[in-house]
Amino acid sequence: MDQFIRDNVEKSEFLVNRSVFTDREMLARERAEIFNKCWLFIGHDTEIAELGDYKRKKVGGRNLLFVRSQDGEIRALFNTCPHRGALIARENEGNSRVFRCFYHAWSFKNDGELVGMPGKDGFPEDFNAEGTKNMKAVKRVENYRGFVFVNFDEDAISLDEYLGNAKEYIDLVVDQSEYGLEAQGGVQEYSVRANWKLLAENSVDLYHGMPTHKTYFDIKQAQDPELKNVKLEGEGVELDNGHAVIEYIAPWGRPVAQWTPIWDDELKQDMERMKVKLADRYGEERADRIANYNRNIVIFPNLVINDIMAVTARTFYPTSPGYMEVSGYSLAPKGEEETHRMARNDNFLEFLGPGGFATPDDNEALELCQEAYNNNEEVEWNDISKGMVRGAGNAMATDEVQMRNFWRQYNARIQESLNKEKEVAQR
Amino acid sequence: MTVTTLTRQDVVDFLYTEAKILDEWRLMEWPALFTDDGTYTVPPLGDPEADPTKSLFISHDNRARLQERAERLLKKEAHVEYPHSTTVHNYNNILVSNLDSDVITVECNFTIHRTKREVMDTFIGKHTYELVLQNGELKIKSKKVVLHLDSLRPHGKISLIL
Repeated sequence: MDQFIRDNVEKSEFLVNRSVFTDREMLARERAEIFNKCWLFIGHDTEIAELGDYKRKKVGGRNLLFVRSQDGEIRALFNTCPHRGALIARENEGNSRVFRCFYHAWSFKNDGELVGMPGKDGFPEDFNAEGTKNMKAVKRVENYRGFVFVNFDEDAISLDEYLGNAKEYIDLVVDQSEYGLEAQGGVQEYSVRANWKLLAENSVDLYHGMPTHKTYFDIKQAQDPELKNVKLEGEGVELDNGHAVIEYIAPWGRPVAQWTPIWDDELKQDMERMKVKLADRYGEERADRIANYNRNIVIFPNLVINDIMAVTARTFYPTSPGYMEVSGYSLAPKGEEETHRMARNDNFLEFLGPGGFATPDDNEALELCQEAYNNNEEVEWNDISKGMVRGAGNAMATDEVQMRNFWRQYNARIQESLNKEKEVAQR
Repeated sequence: MTVTTLTRQDVVDFLYTEAKILDEWRLMEWPALFTDDGTYTVPPLGDPEADPTKSLFISHDNRARLQERAERLLKKEAHVEYPHSTTVHNYNNILVSNLDSDVITVECNFTIHRTKREVMDTFIGKHTYELVLQNGELKIKSKKVVLHLDSLRPHGKISLIL
């Protein structure tokens, strides 16, 4: 299968062949061409705020240690002993100057340098003179406004260049706070029995909002009858390198800085004050955008930042074509007042997360897609043409332009590798 | 007060009744087991003592929210539970403390199986209840669910009431 996308602008039809969700060879190609070459989110820098803080992370199929070493540098060390390979750090998180492999008791500074080993007399004097026995670090680790990414391709373009015009939208999320955002504790580690690309699509799919999440809107409308008058209006935007965003009017309370009638009056005053401060900092227009608009951002391939009723960042990775592991973060302004934080977290839990009133239904939708892909032999194509008739630049948030942008980037990367293989075969 | 007449068996029967209500999808009877200021919380995995202003919980419900949770799950548009999954709530190792005081504390281990579409997920952990007597009936003042799981994998969601 080498034509798995049909992109027919004249006919306003965009099709995706369903084999990409089920084919094992395709997953292998995705690992090689996408996950081994793109910038992948590892975590937020506030997760390792202090020198020596570390967290275990699985990124791009690797076991990594996300660590702030004693020199202040953020590193991503491969969590494997250079001696015989055992996983070195076994606790999920902690603070330590030294990591010690229990198998043969080799120990390493938290920048990865080998500093101790029993029975040293069995090794040459200059053992590790070249540093080959240190814990290996991912060479490319870069940070954009607190979001830390790794890239396993040493020749990759910079993170800054990679993010391109998606930075504008990340800025709108981060600029909610004078002091930056912080990751809250309780990162939600869950899974979906479905292909990873379905979650990338679903995360910027406003079209499914009403039918899939009707029970949530029922609850919101019972809390605030005015809500019926707010339409989910906005735009879908294609960004650089396969990133995409939908930006639309928020029909619910936003803890920065849009009040909702279910919150008490004290919070109303706080939100108004917050809005004035935002306007002082950024001007009315930008303040309005920050406070009153939602943003769902996909950073290709597998980071989603949803700035909706709260801020969530999700990253996900496939372990098989029909199964992905998800890590969901909640981000909040540093130093946020306790009452605001509780309103934010209530907002979050009402919709988001594995125990929320919406995320489990998304999960179900993706699993039903995956289950029905058993019919791929006979029913081959997904359609994501919605809004294509409106022409470039006119897409509504409830259209599917943002997904098409993801798929065009996906297609470009996969096709490039297929073409290279063909060239080699023809030689 | 009638508190003094309450036996351990009354408390155990109350817990088993809750389990039965949940397994039989009589979900509107579930919020009625709580006091008006009752709470239902599921703290983040691995951090049972987490602070809800610093950490994200899985559930952090007051009485209104737990009522909404039950109502939602009974709707056809609660897609994840339509058709309803089959669940088995088992409560074991029940320890009742302070039987003669105003607030009775109960701890129990639980095993909850959920099956749907030929897939079974098992949730394990510990419930901690605070129970009070109101007009001669036991009511839940708080129910805290500590999941003894490393992650929600492969479950992926908690779409039922634990």
